[in-house]
Amino acid sequence: MKTKRFIVNSACHILLAFLSFIWVLPIFYVILTSFRKEGGSYKSYIWPKEYTLDNYINLFHGGGTNIDFVRWFTNTLVIAIFSTLISAFFVLCVSYVMSRLRFKMRKKFLNIALILGMFPGFMSMVAVYYILKGLGFLETGVLKQVALVIVYSAGSGLGFYMAKGFFDMIPKTIDEAAYIDGATKWDTFIHITIPMSKPIITYTLITSFMGPWVDYIFAKVIMGNDTKYYTIAIGLWTMLEKEYVEYYYTQFYAGCVIISIPLLILFLLTQSCYVEGVSGAVKG
Amino acid sequence: MGIFKKKQELIYSKPADASTAQAFKHGDLITRLSFFIFGLGNLINKQIVRGVVFLLFEIGYLAYMISFGIGALGDMITLGTVEQGEVYNEALGIYEYSLGDNSMLCLLYGVITLFITAAIVFIACMSGKSAYATQFRKEKNMHIPSFRDDLKSLTEENLHSMLLSLPIIGIIVFTIVPLVFMILIAFTSYDRDHQPPGKLFEWVGLSNFTAMFSQGGKLAATFWPVLSWTLIWAVLATSTCYILGLMLALLINRKGTRIKGFWRFMFVLSVAVPQFVTLLSMRTIFNANGPVNVLLRDFGIIGATESIPFFTNPLYAKITIICINIWIGVPFTMLSTTGILQNIPGELYEAARIDGASAPTIFRKITLPYMLFVMTPNLITSFTGNINNFNVIFLLSGGGPDSMDYYYAGKTDLLITWLYRLTITQKDYNLGAVIGILTFIILATVSLLTYRHTGSYKDEGAFQ
Repeated sequence: MKTKRFIVNSACHILLAFLSFIWVLPIFYVILTSFRKEGGSYKSYIWPKEYTLDNYINLFHGGGTNIDFVRWFTNTLVIAIFSTLISAFFVLCVSYVMSRLRFKMRKKFLNIALILGMFPGFMSMVAVYYILKGLGFLETGVLKQVALVIVYSAGSGLGFYMAKGFFDMIPKTIDEAAYIDGATKWDTFIHITIPMSKPIITYTLITSFMGPWVDYIFAKVIMGNDTKYYTIAIGLWTMLEKEYVEYYYTQFYAGCVIISIPLLILFLLTQSCYVEGVSGAVKG
Repeated sequence: MGIFKKKQELIYSKPADASTAQAFKHGDLITRLSFFIFGLGNLINKQIVRGVVFLLFEIGYLAYMISFGIGALGDMITLGTVEQGEVYNEALGIYEYSLGDNSMLCLLYGVITLFITAAIVFIACMSGKSAYATQFRKEKNMHIPSFRDDLKSLTEENLHSMLLSLPIIGIIVFTIVPLVFMILIAFTSYDRDHQPPGKLFEWVGLSNFTAMFSQGGKLAATFWPVLSWTLIWAVLATSTCYILGLMLALLINRKGTRIKGFWRFMFVLSVAVPQFVTLLSMRTIFNANGPVNVLLRDFGIIGATESIPFFTNPLYAKITIICINIWIGVPFTMLSTTGILQNIPGELYEAARIDGASAPTIFRKITLPYMLFVMTPNLITSFTGNINNFNVIFLLSGGGPDSMDYYYAGKTDLLITWLYRLTITQKDYNLGAVIGILTFIILATVSLLTYRHTGSYKDEGAFQ
């Protein structure tokens, strides 16, 4: 019995080791390429002949040219912070209302949200583009950045399911106790529900913060050829375009490593919240 | 005493709940007039601020309609009549453009005007109801709320209107208006030959839809294969990620496994790296001259100059994409199932073990049904998400390999990436809009059939 269990356990661990090897391999390849000294895209070998840090150093000396990594990074950071704040506020408002308050239009709103979620997101992109143009948001680069913040956060109120599920699980008796003590519904929302919802708030913040870093389509459509105001995703993609790829291929990977690190740290720090948020909503 | 107080409250809340029809039927002359002169009932009864706000909305709307709105509605019906002209100016020796109508803007402004009108009708009803509420209170000698009372109610019984106002405005302006606009585009001839501002386009009714389904047409010959691949993709991508992710979670969570945190970390690593980074590097890795082919050559599995066409052969491309999607999706499922697995009541397992059930039986009879029960809504979302999974296809294969039999689509194109090509690359906006509507119909059918049967939809309030 004991030997059998030992064999099963070892087999499981070997399988896990093998799987994690497969899962880590592509990431390892990204890191490896980012240290490669020989430029150019495809090589007929895997291990670089020489290693260098130049790919990283050059990234930070691109100021003034079309490939300006530092600027793209700060652009994205600013856009991400603003759109995170707005969308987190929107999501929390909508999900609290849908979970706790009962009013005439509630069921209708839930159904409309469900229907809207089924339309392909960028079906409306062309129209959004012209609405922004009509409002005068596409005149200068800075306004385009404001436009991008609006695009990322305006419709975020529809993504309330996760947070609503979480709020649904907070017992209503807590609210009732607060009402008896003379609190208004607003007080209850701000002073009772919000402080109890750390996991889901963190989850909402992370997901909306990640959005601008990885979105390619909307950013490209709105920014056009204004490379100065690019976000990191379209910026890095530019490096792979035909005229840049031979020179910038290894720097592209260096850039990928650099932006992955903060996102990775953020993600790991809040992983427990993520799991709680996800499984909490499913239960609700 | 307690009963009396409750009754009082009941009367007090009644006028606010009256429907528009009730307000019109039971209202006096001033109330009825308030439907047309906004805020009249409030102004007469000294609710000055409320009345003025209503009135300002009406004045603003009338000014907008007279200066712009009526013309915009007219243009929406014709979609512009004057085509941009080209006149040769002999004195300067150049072609000059005469200003024409822009059909696209005609349609957009028309839609916006319709929405503003809908909003004003809504405000008209609010004005009428508000006047009725005031009239009702006056008759019953009740306190007529001042502006300060109105503000106060925003933190109590009207909290929902305060919290929802901004998000809803955002949703209407940047989601619903564009959507209505694009749906209308599906009924026009807005394709590459009718590009504003140079050319006009017009209403064509259902002809885009008939073209999409007409037998023997190139569009129909593209639509059906793309649709079937989209469905196959969605089913395979969802089921493989779900099943394998669940198995991985079980493997990590089983009793004998050591260093659980470490294993989890190894898989979570790929979730934390931005998706476009992993997808773009996967694209390089499986390229004709990428590391995988290089390795296979080194091992002598394929010839020195050969390469496996991971993205250029249709069948290989499909398999490659599904495998890469497993790599991407499994850690997500692993993360979300871990929490739920730990919630399965331990007594169930114990009872099964006492009855002598083997590990596979326990999995089949307890774990799997439980997971399916809890995660059905999740599965549906991930299924619909996969139908619209733009990133994976666009960044990996770009829809390729392209096919000559298709209308600007490749063998791995999903409806959504085909939509992208039709609109962004080909500028056939009308066809793109048709695809969007059809995608919606598919998603709506799938979701309605399944979602409405799940427990979490039926007893939404069960946990409260």
